[in-house]
Amino acid sequence: MNAVAASSTETVVELGKRVLDYNDRAAAALRERFSAAGVRVANLISSPGTGKTELVVKVCEELARSGVKTAVLVGDCATDNDARRIAQVCSMTRQIVTEGLCHLEASMIDDGLDGWDLGDVDLLLIENVGNLVCPSDFDLGEDLKVALLSVTEGEDKPLKYPHLFSTAALIVVTKMDLVEACGMDIETMEENIVAINPGAEVIETSARTGIGVERLASVLCNAITAKPRDGEGITIVSGRRDS
Amino acid sequence: MHELSLARAIVSEVSEAAVNHEIARVGVVEMKVGVLCGVIVDSLQFAFEFAAVGTPLEGAQLEFVSSEVTMWCESCQVVVQPREKLVFSCPNCHSPCPELRSGRELEIVRFTERHEDAEVMQ
Ligand SMILES: Nc1nc2c(ncn2[C@@H]2O[C@H](COP(=O)(O)OP(=O)(O)O)[C@@H](O)[C@H]2O)c(=O)[nH]1
Ligand SMILES: [Mg+2]
Ligand SMILES: [Zn+2]
Repeated sequence: MNAVAASSTETVVELGKRVLDYNDRAAAALRERFSAAGVRVANLISSPGTGKTELVVKVCEELARSGVKTAVLVGDCATDNDARRIAQVCSMTRQIVTEGLCHLEASMIDDGLDGWDLGDVDLLLIENVGNLVCPSDFDLGEDLKVALLSVTEGEDKPLKYPHLFSTAALIVVTKMDLVEACGMDIETMEENIVAINPGAEVIETSARTGIGVERLASVLCNAITAKPRDGEGITIVSGRRDS
Repeated sequence: MHELSLARAIVSEVSEAAVNHEIARVGVVEMKVGVLCGVIVDSLQFAFEFAAVGTPLEGAQLEFVSSEVTMWCESCQVVVQPREKLVFSCPNCHSPCPELRSGRELEIVRFTERHEDAEVMQ
């Protein structure tokens, strides 16, 4: 940063600073904390109503069966309805009410973790505020950014929101039970996903029928198997099919 | 709609730099806005005026310079521009180009000092 006298009356300060620097710094601190405590973190992002909460409930049930200790932070603009739904299957669940803000920020995760012993957690699931644009810019210190879209949202959604879909490591298609009812062309949707993000892993799920839930749960905790903590033998549901 | 968080961040970064340069009042803040960064410029302008009250940026102007999408084509080994908006494939070889080189940024490029006497003269 340096100041230049452009004319006798005007001082110009060259700043060259990203506006989201403050959040990136807070996210980096979180990431260090998670890594030191051996916690794997996933940030789940989609439109409102895609089925995040429903799927989180199913995944938590699956993980509980496998002995994975899961915690959930769920962001919404108002109400703690979602946290109540999830708390029925996962005792470490907290609602973050953003009071209108369209996304979660790293500092809110920091506050949300207050009083929790991260040593007791294997996997932290963060359900972001329903929004396809804003949350994707705010790093929460996660290992895995997950974009979700339901079969009711149209084949070209990944192209309309390249922002999120091109930067997610995992893309989850929800409500597969509705493919026929919606006349959804799932092949075209997946071609669009590949066009925008050739490296992403794609999982088809339905919280209604349970299809894909086991596979999703195993991918979410993949890194736990990769970094077991001092002799702790965590058994995980069957690994990825492609590895 | 997270323009208010962004406006607050802009005000706080520029205020800090202004203090370091012993600048009491800021004139123009130049922002670089990627066409894909998802920010609505009018909303940001509005939120900025609100966030600037009582700071060295009160009454300052925000100016926006837009930044087009460019992406890296792995096959051609060059930086290319999309042929159509939101088509992230190479215009030459049509292979997908997920690696954006520009178009998503939101940056404070520079700002100027505002002189009270300059205002009086106007
Ligand atoms: N048919 C069907 N409906 C679902 C499925 N998952 C969620 N829903 C319904 O979709 C609506 C929104 O789900 P919710 O989990 O609250 O979405 P969120 O806003 O993304 O958290 C609710 O009415 C759910 O019952 C599914 O797999 N199949
Ligand atoms: Mg929800
Ligand atoms: Zn090419």
